[in-house]
Amino acid sequence: MTATRVPSAPERLQMHDICKRFGSTVALQEVSFTARGGEVHALVGENGAGKSTLMKVLSGALAPDSGTMVLDGLPYHPRDPLEARRRGVAMIYQELSLAPHLTVAENILLGVEPGRFGLVARREMSRRAQEAMARLQHPEISPTALVGDLSPAAQQLVEIGRSLAVGCRVLVLDEPTSSLTSQDVERLFEVIGHLRQEGHAIVYISHFLEEVKRIADRITVLRDGRVVGGAPAAELSAGEIVSLMVGRRLDELYPRSPRVPGEAVLEIRGLQGVPLPLDASVTLRRGEVLGIFGLVGAGRTELLRTLFGLAAIRSGEVRLGVHAGPASPLRRWRQGAGYLSEDRAREGLAVGLSLADNLTLSHLDDLGPAGLVLPRRQEAAANRWVRQLGIRARDARQKVASLSGGNQQKVALARLLHSDVDVLLLDEPTRGIDVASKALIYELIDTLAAGRRIGDAAGALERPRAILMVSSYLPELLGVCDRIAVMCRGRLGAAQAVEDVTPEALLLAATGQEGVSDGV
Amino acid sequence: MASEPRLDSARSGLPSGWVQALGPVFGLAGTYLLFALIAPASFRSLDNLETIARQTAIVGAAALGMTMIMVAGAIDLSVGSVVALGSVVIAWLLQFAGASPLVAGLGGILAGTVVGLVSGLLVTRLRVVSFIVTLGMMLAVRGLAKSIAHEQKIDAPLTWLNDLLATLPAERQWMLLPAGVWLVIALALLVAGLLRYTRLGRHIFAVGSNEQTARLCGVPVSRVKVLTFLLGGSFFGLGGLLQFSRLTVGDPTAAVGLELDVIAAVVIGGGSLSGGEGSVFGSLVGALIMSVIRSGCTQMGLPNWVQEVVTGAVIVAAVALDRWRHRRVG
Repeated sequence: MTATRVPSAPERLQMHDICKRFGSTVALQEVSFTARGGEVHALVGENGAGKSTLMKVLSGALAPDSGTMVLDGLPYHPRDPLEARRRGVAMIYQELSLAPHLTVAENILLGVEPGRFGLVARREMSRRAQEAMARLQHPEISPTALVGDLSPAAQQLVEIGRSLAVGCRVLVLDEPTSSLTSQDVERLFEVIGHLRQEGHAIVYISHFLEEVKRIADRITVLRDGRVVGGAPAAELSAGEIVSLMVGRRLDELYPRSPRVPGEAVLEIRGLQGVPLPLDASVTLRRGEVLGIFGLVGAGRTELLRTLFGLAAIRSGEVRLGVHAGPASPLRRWRQGAGYLSEDRAREGLAVGLSLADNLTLSHLDDLGPAGLVLPRRQEAAANRWVRQLGIRARDARQKVASLSGGNQQKVALARLLHSDVDVLLLDEPTRGIDVASKALIYELIDTLAAGRRIGDAAGALERPRAILMVSSYLPELLGVCDRIAVMCRGRLGAAQAVEDVTPEALLLAATGQEGVSDGV
Repeated sequence: MASEPRLDSARSGLPSGWVQALGPVFGLAGTYLLFALIAPASFRSLDNLETIARQTAIVGAAALGMTMIMVAGAIDLSVGSVVALGSVVIAWLLQFAGASPLVAGLGGILAGTVVGLVSGLLVTRLRVVSFIVTLGMMLAVRGLAKSIAHEQKIDAPLTWLNDLLATLPAERQWMLLPAGVWLVIALALLVAGLLRYTRLGRHIFAVGSNEQTARLCGVPVSRVKVLTFLLGGSFFGLGGLLQFSRLTVGDPTAAVGLELDVIAAVVIGGGSLSGGEGSVFGSLVGALIMSVIRSGCTQMGLPNWVQEVVTGAVIVAAVALDRWRHRRVG
């Protein structure tokens, strides 16, 4: 499956001792990185580890404070992405930079249109676009198709084709599979394998370690702006990579107090949404953490949204405590449930408003006489959580937009604590935040499930909470959950005790290969 | 990038709300001082201050409603038409229905409220953006006003309604400003309090800043929007009452383009077209800035176009300054 490695692959691009600071924050510290022709070099690390900064330096979007770069034996100091592209270094970003209203050919040759006197040679353009797609072994993507009509996977291929059309030899793929289905991932891997054989140098950024293990020839791990490890992919186990990424042993990262499962607080029977989930049944008990694992697009987020009244229910039963049936988000909050959105910036937080406004929005009660909302009381309520969760902010009036990702997530989570909910629906609670914040959130989840009072060193007991947690990151689920259920193509499997599952079995179930013999 | 911003950027707290309004206040002071230096002495007279206040009242009243609507992330283009409708309804009630001035005045405000309710319902039920809905309402309401008035001005008997914005007679100089101006000031305090200290107010900010977050947090988004348009419409109706008070007739062709003055006032005062920002105080200062420019240019005998060019420049400069401040604060 894996191509034979060329031990003496030519060094195409070298980065030496790259440093970059933003104000007082050190983003990159003496980072060295080499991309070789005919090799896939994976760059892994937590969000905030410096991956994207390093790639911005590489692609000319940021100038390093110090350090040198060499491309094909010549000094390389691109002033902007355009110059980098001319030198043959192309970035394929997560958010594709295509014009949806233009055709495939127009996109591929945007800015380098063939022709003269301002007229575009359409036939020549079409031919070159077709050639580029054929090189990617996907000639079925027509040069005249509108990019907006293509699937995300096909759009990505167009983006790669655009880089090839202008002669790029170093390709940086930033989280290329995050919005792809598993079949599209296979197709993409074929394309990458093909480009590798053609002698391209490929830098592959991902936090899906399973993918990285499969596709990469070499792995470099970044943490807090430094290279903390690097080796041929075959020599690193997934566990070793994770330990390098987080910088501590896994049992320290995931605390686990004795938990006593109590009464059922959330029961779902045959829940079907519009369009997802297709079928979900599960029971969540007080004092337990139940994880839902699955691929992006499997319907996990939709399941939580349906439960919380943010999406419509087609059929099935939901019972939250004593309340049966569907309910609006407002009612759900009042019934003692809270939802943490996976998308902080777009949905989870109103980043233009203050920390206090965001934190108290779901529960503006008891903040003044006669139902009034007094700013002082609002800020006092917020400050309590700022202290207890160690949120780094100037004061409760600070705009959320100016907080770091980890602190923003703490604010979003503190909203559930302020509303004092019993059932916490957490969607990717640690996405895009630093390790320290992650550790705090894992600890918080444990505290809530065990029923200890937050911020109380003596550990005074109050009522245990119930937590339903969705995550794409398997080690995290295995670390914090009591039971795990797998969602695949809209269907939720049975929850199993975490002691009884293996990562391999969960992954197989998530990709729909569990007990399936036709082998798609 | 957890670097600590040095300047206070929280724009929703009361203290920072005042900080935010300081920019427009300096703008107002600067504009006034400039004209005080270059315009004839009559500009500096107390009488002229009163005139400026009277001329600001209509835009100011409408700006109260527009501030709420724009903070909620929406816009209402039907202001001018609603003001005309309000004045027509009042004149009609006085002239043809024999209504008392109080009932007629309330009738005008009610007309605006109903228009606001309809706009709000259309925006939330049809899920069409407010710009388009109120563009339609702007035309439809103007037509409605013309139909009620049979495309003419409606004369109405003189009542105390006409004193609301009239120059104060000598025996009532103790009031300093006409009753209509005091009314706008009192309502401004009320609206500022509503936005700051009530659940509805915080919900309006939340909906304007991020509607999805608001929905997730259990804010009844549609209800908040309808209420905002409804309250906004009632302030436009009040603008109609003040318009009637000044003209003493119901004029269906009055106040064409007023919505742009009102939006400009809110924007100069720190409001944002994308919602979640704005203050009542800032909007009133914005309205005053435009009145001062108008008054100053008139007193200097400058042609009308100068005033238009200056006002246009001030609007763009105010917003550019605000953006620049935003970027610096981050």
